[in-house]
Amino acid sequence: MSVIAPNFKFSEFVKSILDNAFWMLLIFVLIGLPAVFIALFYIEMPVIDGQLLTPFLALTWLADPSRTIPILKAFMSTDLFKIAAFPGFGFAALIAAGTIFVERKMLAKLQLRVGPFYCGKFEGILQLMGDGLKLISKEIIIPAKADKPIFWAAPILFVATAAAFVALIPVAPGWVVADVDVGLIAVFAIIGFFPIITILSAWSSNSKFPFIGGIRALHQMVSFEIPLILSLLGVVILTGTLNLSEIVVSQSNFPWIIFLPIGAIIFFITILAELERIPFDLPEAESEIVAGWLTEFSGMIYGLVQLGTYLKLYAFAALFVVLFLGGWTGPMIWPPFPEDIITNGITIGPITAKIPGLPIFSQEMLNGVLWFVIKTVGVIFFILLPRGVFPRIRIDMLLSLGWYKLIGLAFVNIFIALGLLYAGVLGPGGILQ
Amino acid sequence: MIKELPPGLALQKVDERIMTLNVGPQHPGSGHMRIIVQIDGDFIVACDPDPGYVHRGEEKMAEYRNYITNIPHLERPVIHDSCNVLYPYVLGVEELLGIEVPERAKYIRVIASELNRCVYTMYWLAIYGIFLGHSTMFMWPAGDRELLIDLLEKMTGARVTHSHFVPGGVRNDLPPNFEDVCLRQVNYFEKRIKEYAAIFYDNPILIARTANTGVLSREDAIRLGTTGSVLRASGVDYDLRKKEPYDVYEELDFQTNVLKEGDSYARSKIPWLDMMESCRIIRHALQKMPKSGSVRVKLKPNPKGGDDSVYKRVESGRGSLGCYIVSDKKPEPYRVKLSVGSFRNLIALPYLLKGEKLGNMPSVYWSLNYWPVEADR
Repeated sequence: MSVIAPNFKFSEFVKSILDNAFWMLLIFVLIGLPAVFIALFYIEMPVIDGQLLTPFLALTWLADPSRTIPILKAFMSTDLFKIAAFPGFGFAALIAAGTIFVERKMLAKLQLRVGPFYCGKFEGILQLMGDGLKLISKEIIIPAKADKPIFWAAPILFVATAAAFVALIPVAPGWVVADVDVGLIAVFAIIGFFPIITILSAWSSNSKFPFIGGIRALHQMVSFEIPLILSLLGVVILTGTLNLSEIVVSQSNFPWIIFLPIGAIIFFITILAELERIPFDLPEAESEIVAGWLTEFSGMIYGLVQLGTYLKLYAFAALFVVLFLGGWTGPMIWPPFPEDIITNGITIGPITAKIPGLPIFSQEMLNGVLWFVIKTVGVIFFILLPRGVFPRIRIDMLLSLGWYKLIGLAFVNIFIALGLLYAGVLGPGGILQ
Repeated sequence: MIKELPPGLALQKVDERIMTLNVGPQHPGSGHMRIIVQIDGDFIVACDPDPGYVHRGEEKMAEYRNYITNIPHLERPVIHDSCNVLYPYVLGVEELLGIEVPERAKYIRVIASELNRCVYTMYWLAIYGIFLGHSTMFMWPAGDRELLIDLLEKMTGARVTHSHFVPGGVRNDLPPNFEDVCLRQVNYFEKRIKEYAAIFYDNPILIARTANTGVLSREDAIRLGTTGSVLRASGVDYDLRKKEPYDVYEELDFQTNVLKEGDSYARSKIPWLDMMESCRIIRHALQKMPKSGSVRVKLKPNPKGGDDSVYKRVESGRGSLGCYIVSDKKPEPYRVKLSVGSFRNLIALPYLLKGEKLGNMPSVYWSLNYWPVEADR
């Protein structure tokens, strides 16, 4: 019989756990708790019941459970929650993780294999977590002659830029991290950062294959940014606004994809190119240039770049939904919150508990999020699909596609939008508006 | 005195624009070899293939083993095509020792070698797919290959290194009911490979990428001495199964696939068309094969050849594969020389890659039907 750990003693195992728990508790009490309190005093907190929400007030839910939901709602209205959790980073990271799982399983089914299977009880659903742990535990190797500060900064910048992109996406009415009036311009500005980060990381690693990959990425992103921006001009012409939330509201009757299908197709193709997905994955073409600009990344640096890539994928798919598929708008399919519970409370046997502050989320918001997620997942599916069907294209074909065909089509799209505007069909004062 | 450095390591005085890339041996797009590529921007200026990383001295090893014990290691150069690699050696030894092979064994050999050709071609096709970034085309052939590997396992007892051909016939007779199973599997296999047209060979992106790249003209193909699918893709109707039929190929009904383009796409299409011909050959051979009879002539222990030499060649998955055996009245051969198709096709690589784009390098390189281990022997 084989023994996995021959020197294993249960008493020592328990002792090590207790030791670790003691030290963790000690560090938490001495450093963590004061740090949390200091941080909470500096963050701008909301006012509930005429009182500023201080950490002490937040802890009053222990004495009065009926204050739980108002405090929760107050916390959810803070910028911190929006940035870290719901329309911001946490939500996007969750969808990104789901995307990776769906991509692997779907590609596996397409290619007549099983895909992730053993990690996690159901269909290898914890495979991503296992991969993440592996990447964290790996050594980070940096080439000897690399420009170390830039080499370290590039993946972090990449994730930060992708997260900034996510912050501009409106998920439901009022649920957006940064509701700026120049939303679309901000999107273009953020997209413009990606090639710079790519070429910085590629050049700083001081290696040949990443350098070629970085140059390819630069060519690809720059040549596809122009059709990307031009393809969205049609939507801007018809709505007369650059604010993404207002663009969604303008589509409450019909999505713009009905009138601007050419623009939607161009935008979808440019998304594929910006995301470096097959058939446009030239910057990472493994049979030609090893892994392109990712060649020298190892360990969690590589993991960060992958996280940024999938955040970017979510952001682009969400942008497609916002601009062409009507964002959160859709028929009301979410059931209303039962009035009975709000007015009479919940009765369990002899006890009647009244819960103030219900409902936590309005019906419109939940319905909007549902439609938004359904549409985004659909677009992500179509972004993933070409990976199983197409081979990689070549750089000259890519450039001719970007510079000749897509820019030409983008102008056709703009003329269609202008025609609809001046014919008085759409736009301000149009028949259908 | 300046020490002469091997190519790729020496500092060369070249234009500043030109960058030297060492593609391989540790590179996902090279196989067990190195290609030294000099690029100017995206264009390849010069290319120097550098094989020899997996040289195992098979030919020298053959001089220390007798004619029978040579069999298992001489098939090692291409384990996916082990029957075809062994074929010329076995034919040569039979001629040296003067053995007449039973009719049924000849048919079994033809079936095994055609099955093996398909197994090899599927492996090659899988790698051709992944070199072009088409991951589905990597998984499908790798999976469908199992059908024929299972058949060969039933037939020979081993999944890849069969050691099935011996001087005087084949090692074992077919298992009972093999004909029906073989027919069913081969029919299904043919149906599957016809589906590859929809996802791979008719894919507009693939055609745009590989058509008119790495064009090898008919004259150059002959001048450079290429063989097999590379030669046939350049419009030369040359197939040893037709031109110098061995065993029972002349009695079987099949045709040679020839394309005129000579580009990367045609070179990748010829092996796929050949697989369908192989299916036809197998079906016809199963029909004509004698239903019973001996499959092996019993040899004396340690057979000795005369003072003679013999050169035999067959059409393998990579083209003409020759074996030159010199005997000097001993149980061991004096010299065994394998003349392989891979190495002949590799000679064309520097001519094809000159002036191509870097993105075409993997597709042109792998379309030459090159197997690094076979070239090094």
